[in-house]
Amino acid sequence: MSVPDEDARVIPISAAPSYTDEPEPLAKFLAFLRRRIGGDYDVDEFGYDAELTDKVVLELIRPLYHHWFRVETAELKNIPDEGGALVVANHSGTLPLDALMLQVALHDEAGRALRLLGADLVYQLPLLSHLSRKTGHTLACREDADRLLRKGELVGVFPEGFKGVGKPFSERYKLQRFGRGGFVASAIRAGAPIVPTAIVGAEEIYPKLGDLKFLARLLGLPYLPITPFFPLLGPLGLVPLPSKWMIEFGEPIRTDDYDPSAADDPMLVFNLTDHVREVIQQLLNELRLRRGPAFPPLL
Amino acid sequence: MTHTVLVTGVSRHIGARVASVLAADPDISRVIGVDTVPPPSLTRDGGISLGRTEFVRVDLRSPDIAQVIAAADIGTVVHMSLVSAPSRSGGRAAMKEHNVIGTMQLLGACQRSATVRRVVVRSTTAVYGSSPRDPAVFTEDLEPHDGPSHGYAKDAVEVEGYVRGFARRRPDVTVSMLRFANFMGPGVDSPLTRYFTQPVLPTVLGFDPRLQFVHEDDAVEVLRRMATEDHPGTFNVAGVGVLLLSQCTRRAGRPSLPLPAPAFTTLGSAARGLGLVEYSPEQLRLMSHGRAVDTSRLENELGWRPKFTTAAAFDDFLRSRRLQPFGGGRS
Repeated sequence: MSVPDEDARVIPISAAPSYTDEPEPLAKFLAFLRRRIGGDYDVDEFGYDAELTDKVVLELIRPLYHHWFRVETAELKNIPDEGGALVVANHSGTLPLDALMLQVALHDEAGRALRLLGADLVYQLPLLSHLSRKTGHTLACREDADRLLRKGELVGVFPEGFKGVGKPFSERYKLQRFGRGGFVASAIRAGAPIVPTAIVGAEEIYPKLGDLKFLARLLGLPYLPITPFFPLLGPLGLVPLPSKWMIEFGEPIRTDDYDPSAADDPMLVFNLTDHVREVIQQLLNELRLRRGPAFPPLL
Repeated sequence: MTHTVLVTGVSRHIGARVASVLAADPDISRVIGVDTVPPPSLTRDGGISLGRTEFVRVDLRSPDIAQVIAAADIGTVVHMSLVSAPSRSGGRAAMKEHNVIGTMQLLGACQRSATVRRVVVRSTTAVYGSSPRDPAVFTEDLEPHDGPSHGYAKDAVEVEGYVRGFARRRPDVTVSMLRFANFMGPGVDSPLTRYFTQPVLPTVLGFDPRLQFVHEDDAVEVLRRMATEDHPGTFNVAGVGVLLLSQCTRRAGRPSLPLPAPAFTTLGSAARGLGLVEYSPEQLRLMSHGRAVDTSRLENELGWRPKFTTAAAFDDFLRSRRLQPFGGGRS
């Protein structure tokens, strides 16, 4: 056997034709699959599975975000790059699609995971409760809100709750009462800024004209809507109307100049809650004008 | 100064390990281990060497324990004798009597004693229950919405009540109450470890609970420190992080079988009838809603954190049972 010419034979591996710094998409996908099948991934103490959320759940919602609702965002600079903050938004649309769109907007455009505080009904239902935990959300309660803000997470809340998401079409873009102001107290305790946020477009996806109250009570639901297409067209009526969406983030309202004990002063908490509500209503009115009609005029 | 330690529940794995660690401590002059049954033999049943521990066979439900405490000038009591599942012979009634009446007898004896200076009680995070209406992470001060209403967890709630009463009546005694997450490790034999070694793992359809484990080595270390230093109060003890049940089944490489909740209960009681595994109502709730606890109070108090995370404790358990994920081990 002859000794090969060394200069010719030895080439650095990075120069080899098949070598690339980035692993192949297929190799990356196989590694992903292997991690998922072997259970070798992390979830946080709330059950948030960041990889599943980004690679699977949000991936399924993104077409809806970009092509169906054509969501536009404004003033993303008002979302802090890091540290705890509380995003407070209006809630509408019969089904809470606005929560999903807000999550995509913040994840993809601001690079932050949104940790929503959800109604307890969500956490009693099979499938939905655990999907909600895996995508980063948790029960709206004081302990969880405080804990997430203390850990420097971006927490989202819809203080109108079911009153907002289930309001009739005739009351669109009119903010409902803001719960008991628990979210403001949490922000004060953590010294986290409140980012008032307006979402325009969700009101028109399922215009709620009526309510099957009796059936809703029978099924243990907060409401059962009648829309122009539901229940008339059955499951087809569940397709949301392709309204044009806009999300604007308002100027952050600072809470760090209050003493944490101010959270126990109901007057102060009520006043601040009212202030946040007024700011959002104003943002909402302006943004609605800016958007114009929900549906482009037909040709 | 001589220091005598009494350990209850030494015939079971963690109790035996705690007794042997304390027996190896030169500052402790005597370790007395008590239990209702003798410890398993070293050679045949995989028992653990208890070192110089003196074993006394005492039924905790009888007042004999008072004589042991009075006769031996006990300084520290480590109460580990909490049974988590009914034995095949005794059933639930005997289990409850053992847990609750046993603790009452022991605490009664401690209250009379002039020598007892420190009491360490093993409790469980099961006292928080599992509910969709409670916060995701429990701290020690939290009052759960739906506390446990039966079984082991109910016993533990009652035991904690008696321990608090004792602490009020004897403020001169340091009382430490430890709420342990589920034990996990090579030597642990519990309903949960038996569950994970089944060929197929039934789960509740539509639910993927968060679980938390504490490695047996860490549990022993925490108990050793509590028995040799003063750390009054109630502490959660768990490995850092959580695992979802789906992660556990994948890591174990066992197929899971999602069943609707009623079928899960029916199958569970059938399996229990056959003596295979125990599915109690609170286990169904744990398998549905899960539970996680905050351990910062323990970490601040001891200036120490468990060596094993929840995931590492589970992997150590899997290694000891030769369980592997599908497609071989992890790199």
